[in-house]
Amino acid sequence: MEATIDVTGLRKRFGPTLALDGMTFSVRPGQVTGFVGPNGAGKSTTMRVILGLDAADEGTALINGQPYPTLRHPLSHVGALLDAAALQPSRSARNHLLWLAHSQGLGSKRVDEVVAQAGLDRAIKRRAGGFSLGMRQRLGIAAALLGDPPVLILDEPFNGMDPEGIVWVRGFLRALAAEGRAVFVSSHLMSELQDTADHLVVVGRGKVIADAAVRDMIAAASDDRIELRTTARAEAMTALAHAGAEVAATAPDVLTIKNLSAERTVATLTANRIPFTEVSAHRATLEEAYMELTRDAVEYRASAAPAPVAPADPAGPAPTTPADPPPATAPGAAR
Amino acid sequence: MTTITPYRSTTRNTRDGFGQLLHAEWTKFRTVRGWVIGMIIAVLVTAGIGIFVAAGGASPSCQAVNGTGGQSGGCGGPTLTLGPGGEPVTDNFYFVRQPLAGNGSITVRVTSLTSLLPPTGSELGTPPSRPGAVPWSKAGIIIGATSLSTPQPYAAMMITGGHGVRMQWNYTGDTPGRPGTVSAASPRWLRLTRDGDTITGYDSADGVHWAVVGVVRLAGLASTVQAGLFTASPTIPVNSVNISGVTQGGGGGTASTAVFDHLSRTGAWPAGRWTGGYTEGDLAAEAQGIGGYHQVAGRITVTGQGDIAPAIPDQGQPGSSQGTIAIYLIGTFLGLIAIAVVATMFMTGEYRRGLIRTTLAASPRRGRVLAAKALVIGAVAFAAGLLGAVGAEIVGTHLADSRGTQVFPEPWPTELRMIIGTAALVAVVAVLTLAVATVTRRSVAAVSIVFVAIVVPYFLSAVATLPVGVADWLMRVTPAAAFALQQATPQYPQVQAYYAPVAGFYPLAPWAGFAVLCAWTLLALGAAAYLLRRRDA
Repeated sequence: MEATIDVTGLRKRFGPTLALDGMTFSVRPGQVTGFVGPNGAGKSTTMRVILGLDAADEGTALINGQPYPTLRHPLSHVGALLDAAALQPSRSARNHLLWLAHSQGLGSKRVDEVVAQAGLDRAIKRRAGGFSLGMRQRLGIAAALLGDPPVLILDEPFNGMDPEGIVWVRGFLRALAAEGRAVFVSSHLMSELQDTADHLVVVGRGKVIADAAVRDMIAAASDDRIELRTTARAEAMTALAHAGAEVAATAPDVLTIKNLSAERTVATLTANRIPFTEVSAHRATLEEAYMELTRDAVEYRASAAPAPVAPADPAGPAPTTPADPPPATAPGAAR
Repeated sequence: MTTITPYRSTTRNTRDGFGQLLHAEWTKFRTVRGWVIGMIIAVLVTAGIGIFVAAGGASPSCQAVNGTGGQSGGCGGPTLTLGPGGEPVTDNFYFVRQPLAGNGSITVRVTSLTSLLPPTGSELGTPPSRPGAVPWSKAGIIIGATSLSTPQPYAAMMITGGHGVRMQWNYTGDTPGRPGTVSAASPRWLRLTRDGDTITGYDSADGVHWAVVGVVRLAGLASTVQAGLFTASPTIPVNSVNISGVTQGGGGGTASTAVFDHLSRTGAWPAGRWTGGYTEGDLAAEAQGIGGYHQVAGRITVTGQGDIAPAIPDQGQPGSSQGTIAIYLIGTFLGLIAIAVVATMFMTGEYRRGLIRTTLAASPRRGRVLAAKALVIGAVAFAAGLLGAVGAEIVGTHLADSRGTQVFPEPWPTELRMIIGTAALVAVVAVLTLAVATVTRRSVAAVSIVFVAIVVPYFLSAVATLPVGVADWLMRVTPAAAFALQQATPQYPQVQAYYAPVAGFYPLAPWAGFAVLCAWTLLALGAAAYLLRRRDA
């Protein structure tokens, strides 16, 4: 049994809106696959189609080669957290897990195990309706783990979590992937996935924009640029341009250099006796890479009330030349 | 490049069966305190109102018994007479009799049957004086009848005021013979023969050509039994009740007179005189001067009132089902409201916050999820209905007994059917509500639909006073038809009575009414299953 999700050519229309427009990607075991895109890009719809909850107009979504509705004991194949608020408020958190366990032929012992795994021990007897969103996320993750599934599908699990919770989820997801599970996590915040995901499926307007390993994506966005911090900006620009570099001033005493290695840069500056305080490889953040990719795909940027503001990155200069979109690499090729 | 070993689930699931789904849905139900409390309220309301009725002012009527022929039922009165089948019977009529030992027969010709009705607009109890027709007045011959206040097996051949010749036996048995009314120009001949336990009834227009009307075996027929001529004339029920509860179209006691001749007998009859009188010694009728016989040259005239028939409780009074144990179940419709609310939330709670997605991801076969939910809510509602009905009947009966209130007794199978039927009614309504809630996905809409479809028709028909035609129609076509399960006394075609829902009589037979509810429920379940499968969750 291979732990995979294979989505092929999903199309779905809600009235006049084309929610999914040929969505195609795969999720492999042993890694965390991030599923990112702006709000309304079709992430949640895709997940619902994978779980057999919504019917696609076209295309297939298979779990280990099987449509979800044909799975027996589905929670032992796929654990999912779609909406942490989907609870009967007056039912205790433990009883919520208990009925779910019973539906799979599991007992209360398994409930106790996932409660401990999700760090919910103290609150578990309380009404789920009194839970904070962060606590509900933990409860949802516990529910997803009930069947000890090889595939996990989590929709926005970081929402509403405090920083401690976010760190916990990240570590937890990495640990689950390290056990050989396929972990598929959606987010509209690239920064949340920065240190978590190994692979990214970037979507916009109902289709995949990029499907690549995270390190390839960052490398492509970084474009081998170098940052130079110097007080003698004008001299440095002249000397480096002479040496064949493309130079751009991105801050009062910061230059971004392209087409020249760090060694050659240092050698050129030294030869011209130009003082500098720092030379470093410019490394794009995942956020930058994402913004590049989705620039054309963002539909709701202007009106994105719930869309979180991207973390300010004052040191990150706008690249002088736009990075080429990274080629869509074959899944797992970067390994 | 490392090779990834895909993870394998370590959980040990049992067989993927429907039982798990039931278990999960039961866990869901019992872990929401509000739903459990709702069901407890349903039990308390169902039982409580009946108990209140038994204990409080609206007690079962003291005049619980059909007052035909003046049988004096009521508080402190004699206990009701029970027929061989355990059902209450009216067994008081004018009987001109002699003992018949062993086998034998009796033959007679009837040339006249006339009746007197109460004067129009008169009070109940006014002596009858207005000539008219009493459809179920009876005159004829009888073998094996009552030995004064203890009903015995019997069979009778009779001419009736409006239903031709009948053969009747053991109070409830009834089969038709020649149609038409009797007159001097068109007399009827009647014959009964006894052969062991078997009695055969014949009729004839001319005394020459005889037709068998019926053959009945009467278990426990004594070797020597009373036999002879009789006349009965039942009370005419008031035929409607207006909105303020006043009876209209006055009913009341009637009297009938029959003229017999050509009396002939075979077998061992005594040589002495006939004995005439009311079988229960009806002082009221005799005080009014009704009842008697005289014989002139082979012509025997017999006048009487009363009836030999199944008893119908407290005719014509508003809410007359008070006289039966059905009154204890009057709280059912209120309990149903509580159950409908819980059954609705059992489904809409899934939709309100998207829990349905968790449910359907755990159990992708949606029809089975619906079935599991229906079974769980149905079983819980059945238990609640059963507890409510049993509680109401037991406590209500006990209270009525301790207060000396007479309640129209029912054979135990009827009582069992009313109690089990109430539980089944409540259970199926819960399933119907669940199905409607699956279709609407909205609590208010679902509860409103069920309320309008079941509670309102029941209330309008059985508690308030719609015209009988409308009430009967409602209780045939709406899911409320299943309230027929709570009918205590059956409708007897051979007894004229106010057969309306408000009097505790439903147009459909108990299980036929239940079938109407089940049909609606299947329809709703079909729609629910179709939509649940087809719609995105």
